[in-house]
Amino acid sequence: MTRKQRRLTLIGVAGAVLALAVGLILFALSDQIVFFQSPTDIAQKSIPAGQRIRLGGLVEEGSVVRSDDAHVAFTVTDLVSTIAVTYKGILPDLFREGQGVVAEGVVGPDGVFAADSVLAKHDENYVPKEVAEALKEKGVWQGAD
Amino acid sequence: MIVELGHYALVLAFALALVQCVLPLVGALREDRALMAIAPPVSISLFLLVSLSFVSLTIAYLTSDFSVLNVYANSYSAKPLIYKISGVWGNHEGSVLLWILILVFFGALVGYFGRNIPAPLRAATLSVQAWVTTGFLAFLLITSNPFERIATPPMEGQGLNPILQDIGLAIHPPLLYIGYVGFSITFSFAVAALILGRIDAAWARWVRPWTLLAWVFLTLGIAMGSYWAYYELGWGGWWFWDPVENASLMPWLVGTAMLHSAIVMEKREGLKVWTVLLAIFAFSLSLLGTFLVRSGVLTSVHAFATDPERGVFILGLLTFFIGGSLSLFAWRAPMLKQGGLFAPISREGALVLNNLFLSAAASAVLIGTLYPLVLDVVTGEKISVGAPFFNLTFGPLMIPLLMAVPFGPVLAWKRGDLLAACQRLYAAFGLAFLAVLFTYWLWGGASALAPLGVGLAVWLMLGSIVELLGRVKLFDIGPRRALSRLIGLPGSAWGTSIAHFGVGVAVLGIVTASAFQEEHILTMKPGSSVELAGYEVTFDGLIPRQGPNYQEDVGLFSLRRGGVEVAQLEPAKRVYQASRMPTSEAGILTSWFSQIYLSLGEAREDGGVDVRIYHKPLITLIWIGCVIMAFGGVVSIGDRRLRVGAPTPARKKTRAKSAAVAAE
Repeated sequence: MTRKQRRLTLIGVAGAVLALAVGLILFALSDQIVFFQSPTDIAQKSIPAGQRIRLGGLVEEGSVVRSDDAHVAFTVTDLVSTIAVTYKGILPDLFREGQGVVAEGVVGPDGVFAADSVLAKHDENYVPKEVAEALKEKGVWQGAD
Repeated sequence: MIVELGHYALVLAFALALVQCVLPLVGALREDRALMAIAPPVSISLFLLVSLSFVSLTIAYLTSDFSVLNVYANSYSAKPLIYKISGVWGNHEGSVLLWILILVFFGALVGYFGRNIPAPLRAATLSVQAWVTTGFLAFLLITSNPFERIATPPMEGQGLNPILQDIGLAIHPPLLYIGYVGFSITFSFAVAALILGRIDAAWARWVRPWTLLAWVFLTLGIAMGSYWAYYELGWGGWWFWDPVENASLMPWLVGTAMLHSAIVMEKREGLKVWTVLLAIFAFSLSLLGTFLVRSGVLTSVHAFATDPERGVFILGLLTFFIGGSLSLFAWRAPMLKQGGLFAPISREGALVLNNLFLSAAASAVLIGTLYPLVLDVVTGEKISVGAPFFNLTFGPLMIPLLMAVPFGPVLAWKRGDLLAACQRLYAAFGLAFLAVLFTYWLWGGASALAPLGVGLAVWLMLGSIVELLGRVKLFDIGPRRALSRLIGLPGSAWGTSIAHFGVGVAVLGIVTASAFQEEHILTMKPGSSVELAGYEVTFDGLIPRQGPNYQEDVGLFSLRRGGVEVAQLEPAKRVYQASRMPTSEAGILTSWFSQIYLSLGEAREDGGVDVRIYHKPLITLIWIGCVIMAFGGVVSIGDRRLRVGAPTPARKKTRAKSAAVAAE
């Protein structure tokens, strides 16, 4: 192989790997990202059934109902709209009524949000950042800035 | 008093670092021996001053001096001793101080042991290291002084975040930081070489041990962090693609690429420009990681200390160092002479492929980590980029790389013979294929990819063994001479094989633990039991218990196998006194390399409790594999050829040897 051919091969291989990476990233970004929504967003926008979303809000006081096999149902509110959530599993240590929560999952045809993961953070005063901003937008934020 | 002394030492270190920024560099450029000679002693003094400062903060913690704001906010008098010490770096200010301590420690190592490095390069390197030190000392002194006092000291502290009160997290940050900050020294070497406009194979030989050292610690730090998250967060996962984890993974990927490209540079004088660029990127990504973790721009499960104003300062440092070094690179890199040419199929070619895939993977992780931030700033839209994104991008980029790993070391330099390489590897390939069939037979078609994953792992492990055996020509010269040759192999050959073997072990753990995991989530009443992976798990009841600084509700579980009790697991829910914060403790049974993992949920009024039970086959191999990789790195550092400029000077060795001779 000549010097030129060698260089071209190298550039070709590098280009192929780069193209593969760019292709994968673009595909994944168009398909695998999850948008953050508040209960009001869900009520107003029509979200296609089966699309994964991140739901954020406060756990409504007195709404948590536990049943057998670690099933739990609760209501998430942004103090304007509410949405019912079901989850099977262990809730995070900091999950509390009246506190912020972020749940990931899909809205079912019955309008109930089926969560497959529920997050709360390490800080006891924690209200997830997205939740705090959503509440501020609605003008119902009560915490410190 | 001791607190003020620590603060004073820090200010003094800042002033000294300013001197170090300028004088040795001027000396290096003017070939002025006197100016260059001040660099090593100043680098050692910097280390001593920052150590003094660190020790005084530690003393404030040990004596629970709550007149220091930092101690008040992060400590508690009834806390166990080990967590009083780890509390020093369990908060923002202390962790930055630790960061700087490691930074000056590496500077001091080069200052003390780097006698073999040409004086101008050493002086310029220490100067660049001092720029970084100055930047971070300013950050610490201006925005996050750990020695701030409270006028009226409170009687009791607020306590350390309970999630941090764990032996894993006591040692995780130092390991990770040594890795992160260790890349500062390769960065300094690279920038110094750019300033001096001279890079040769010897440069790669001086840089490689430092890269290896940082890489070893980063590998261990990441593994430690992953294991901590696994048993402490109670979710049973070992990697969450959390931004903070990504922040440590990116420098690791680039550092791994740099380890490999430095070999080409050392052996064949190729890839010079690229290696220098990687050195800049590795540390830039470490800085970015520090920024992401410390600034609070990310919502992360790990974001312990967040403050936007500090973020702006770090962002400034980030811009200065990354922008500055890249501009310098753009200006000076064309001056570097390119090295030898090589055919696409050759050792160099394989290492280039390694670098391509590793940097592509690092970019994918970078984009996935930063995209939500950018989108939020630009459009205000909030998204999360989670595991699906990374599985889809990182996975496909890693698989071809891993498949190619065994080929690299068996190809010749300059021009390799792919056919001959295949001939040497066919046994490994055949056995890997058998492993695929065996896995398929054992587990059936539960997952089509899992048997292939197991095959890949076996391919990696056997490939690394074949490589060693090939080197000693086992089949040509007979086992006896082969053995003596095996022992005589250079450390770097052993290191390569061991590290690649470790990769295979980790891949095996990852594949089996994710594909063949079994899981139960259920509510258990006392006396009830459940079957999992051949174990009968019985819930015996919930009892309260008092720990040193917490109360806990402990779930008692007994595990039986064939009617015989094999273990008692005690997962718990804790509430710490100082912060009233609840945490979970998982109950884990390790049997061979597999684990039963039990975590406790909410207790019900009728005495029942929510339980999550996993069986994770071979999961410990993930971390064992990382430890093997790190060990490979250590063996490689021990290579005699790399001793130049490495932390062990040759003189000491000969002295030890003559002492041993005298003793005989």
